[in-house]
Amino acid sequence: MKPRVVLVTGVSRYLGTRLASTLASDPSIERVIGVDTVQPRPESLPTLGRTEFVRADIRNPLIAKVIAQAEVDTVVHMNVIATPLGAGGRTAMKEINVIGTMQLLAACQKAPSMRKLVVKSTTAVYGSSPRDPALFTEDSEPRALPKSGYAKDAVEVEGYVRGFGRRRPDVTLSLLRFTNFIGPVIETPLTRYLSLPVVPTVLGFDPRIQLCHEDDGIEVLRRCTLADHPGIYNVGGAGVLLLSQAIRRVGRPSFPVPAPAVSLVAGTFRRAGLVDFSPEQMRYLEHGRVADVTRLTKELGWGPRPTAEAMQTFVERSPRILNPETVAAAETRLLKLLTKEPVRA
Amino acid sequence: MPEPSPNASNVIPLRSDEEGAPVVPAAPDVVAGSGFERRLAGGLAFLRRRITGDYAVDDFGYDADLTDHVLLPPLRPLYDKWFRVETRGLDNIPDTGGALIVANHSGTIPVDALMTILAVHDHHPAQRTLRLLGADLVFQLPVVAPVARKSGQTLACNADAERLLNNDELVGVFPEGFKGIGKPFSERYKLQRFGRGGFVSAALRTGKPIIPVSIVGAEEIYPILGNSKTLARLLGLPYVPITPTFPLLGLLGAVPLPSKWIIEFGEPIETAHLGGVAAAEDPMLVFNLTDQVRETIQSTLYTLLMQRRSVFF
Repeated sequence: MKPRVVLVTGVSRYLGTRLASTLASDPSIERVIGVDTVQPRPESLPTLGRTEFVRADIRNPLIAKVIAQAEVDTVVHMNVIATPLGAGGRTAMKEINVIGTMQLLAACQKAPSMRKLVVKSTTAVYGSSPRDPALFTEDSEPRALPKSGYAKDAVEVEGYVRGFGRRRPDVTLSLLRFTNFIGPVIETPLTRYLSLPVVPTVLGFDPRIQLCHEDDGIEVLRRCTLADHPGIYNVGGAGVLLLSQAIRRVGRPSFPVPAPAVSLVAGTFRRAGLVDFSPEQMRYLEHGRVADVTRLTKELGWGPRPTAEAMQTFVERSPRILNPETVAAAETRLLKLLTKEPVRA
Repeated sequence: MPEPSPNASNVIPLRSDEEGAPVVPAAPDVVAGSGFERRLAGGLAFLRRRITGDYAVDDFGYDADLTDHVLLPPLRPLYDKWFRVETRGLDNIPDTGGALIVANHSGTIPVDALMTILAVHDHHPAQRTLRLLGADLVFQLPVVAPVARKSGQTLACNADAERLLNNDELVGVFPEGFKGIGKPFSERYKLQRFGRGGFVSAALRTGKPIIPVSIVGAEEIYPILGNSKTLARLLGLPYVPITPTFPLLGLLGAVPLPSKWIIEFGEPIETAHLGGVAAAEDPMLVFNLTDQVRETIQSTLYTLLMQRRSVFF
C-alpha cells in the first residue's frame, strides 16, 4: 500500500535529511513530515523541498498530537543515534534512543491511521565476540549481548518495536539492521576512524568488516517506505574487507596497540574529539561482525552494492597518504633496477 | 577499483587465476627473462597488492593470496623433508562440490591440521582448499585468530559448517578437539569421544559425503608425558604439555620429533540419500553415523600402524 502521510524522525541528521528529501520528491506521497529536536542544517534546507519540519522532541507527548492531527499512516524511525558526542552525553543519548522510541511507539499505537512502521536498527545488536558464526542471519541469537552504548540501546529499541508489533498486528513492520555506513559524504565514527593520519588497530587482531553505501541505505529505506516488506532484514553490502585491507586501501599506515592499552588509547582519542569509539566498538575492532544479506536481496529483488565497492567510494573521497599509482611506479622502477633488462619481451 | 595506471603495465601478476579485479592485467605470454626475474617480478607484484590492499577475501576472511604466497610455503619443508608425509586415497576427495573431511587429532599443537591442508592443497589434482573448523580458543587468541581466518579456517559451529558445505567447499573437522590433541602419549592412536556428532548433522543437513581421514605420525611429534594443570588453569589453556624436550630445553623443545607420517583419505560415506534435515533431527541415526565414522578411522589407524616399520622411517 502506498503511503499518504509519512513521518520521519531524526530528520536533521544526514541520513534523515536524505530520506526526507527523497520521499518529498515523490509526488505520490501527499505529505512528508520531518521531526527532530534541532533544526535541519541550513545547507540542507533546499534539498528537503516540501518536507514540513516539526521541531519536537520525540520524548514528549507532542509527537502524539502531530501523528493524530496529520493522520500519519507511515512512520520511519531513524532517531536511534550512535554517538554520545552528538547527543550531549551518554545519558541524553540513552534518553533519546530508548525513551524517545517508547514515546513514539506509544503515539503510533494510539493512532488509528497508522499502517506502517519502518525502524532503522543496526547489526550491532548481534554483538561481537570470538564465538560468533561467520555470518549472522536475522534469526541468529547473539552469543554475547551488547552490554553498553549504542548497541545496547538498539537491542532495547528492538524489544519495544517487537512489543508494538504484537499490540498492533495490523501495522506493517520493517525492522532494518544496517551495517556500518560508508560513502562519499557521510560522517560516522568509522569514517572518522579511517581518516586518521595513523590508524590505531588492536595488536594481533584483524576483524572482518562489512559496509553499506549511504545511497543504498537510503534506497532500502525508501523501498520499505513505499512498498510493504514486513520482517527483519540485515542491510549491507555482500562480501567483507579485513580492517587491515580497508586501511591499506585508504593508503594509511596502521598502528597496532596491545589489547590492554586499547581503552587508554581510545579514551585519549575520545577526549581529543578525534573519534568517538565506545567499548562495544572496541570489541568490534577485535572480532568484527558480518551479516548475511540474502534475505533482503531476495525480498527486494535488489541489494546494496558489495562492501568493496562501497569502500571504494570512500577511498576516492579521502586524500590518500600512499597512492596505488606511487606504489606501482616504485615497483616498476625497482624491477628495472634489479633486472637491468626489461622483463617484458 | 582504480584504473590500471600506464606505468604499471609492464608488471607481471603473480597469479593469472586471481579472483577479484586485478589492477594490472598482463597476459602470461609476455613474461620473458630468467626464472629469477620472473620470481622477482612476482614477489614485487605481491608486495604491491599487499601494500595497496588490492586482494580479495571471502565472507569467512579467507585470503587466498596471502595463504598461497606467505602462509603455506614455510610449511612445505616440514611436510616434504621433516615428516616425509605420504598420502593415500586422495582420489576419494571429489574434484568439485562439498565434502566433509573428518580426521583424528593429535600432536599437542595442531600440526596435523596444517599438514592435512597442505596434502589436499598440493597433492590433490584439483588443488582444493581445505576449510577447517577450529575451536573457540583459536579465535580468541591474538595473532592466531586472524591467521586462522586468513588461511581459510572458521569457528566450529553448525551455521558455519553448513554454510561452507552449501558453498561446495571442502570442510575439515577434528571432532576429538582438545581431548584428542592433548591426550597423554600412553593413549596414542586411541580415538577420544567424537564431540556431540555436530559434524554428522551438518553433513546430513547439506547431504554432503563424509570422508574419514586417518593420520599416523602426528602422535609422536611432541609426546605428552605430563600436563601442568595449575599452569594451564592460570593461563586459561586446556593443557600445558610436558614433553621429553619441553620445557626442559626451552625453545628447542618446540622442534617436533621427525616422525614418518601417513595420511589416508578413506572411502566417502554418502549422506545424500539419508533424508536431509529430517535425518539430522534423528539423534539415533546421528549417533550411529558418528560411531561408523569413528570406527572406520580407528580401524584404519590400526592397519596403518601395523604397516609402519618404525616411528621414524
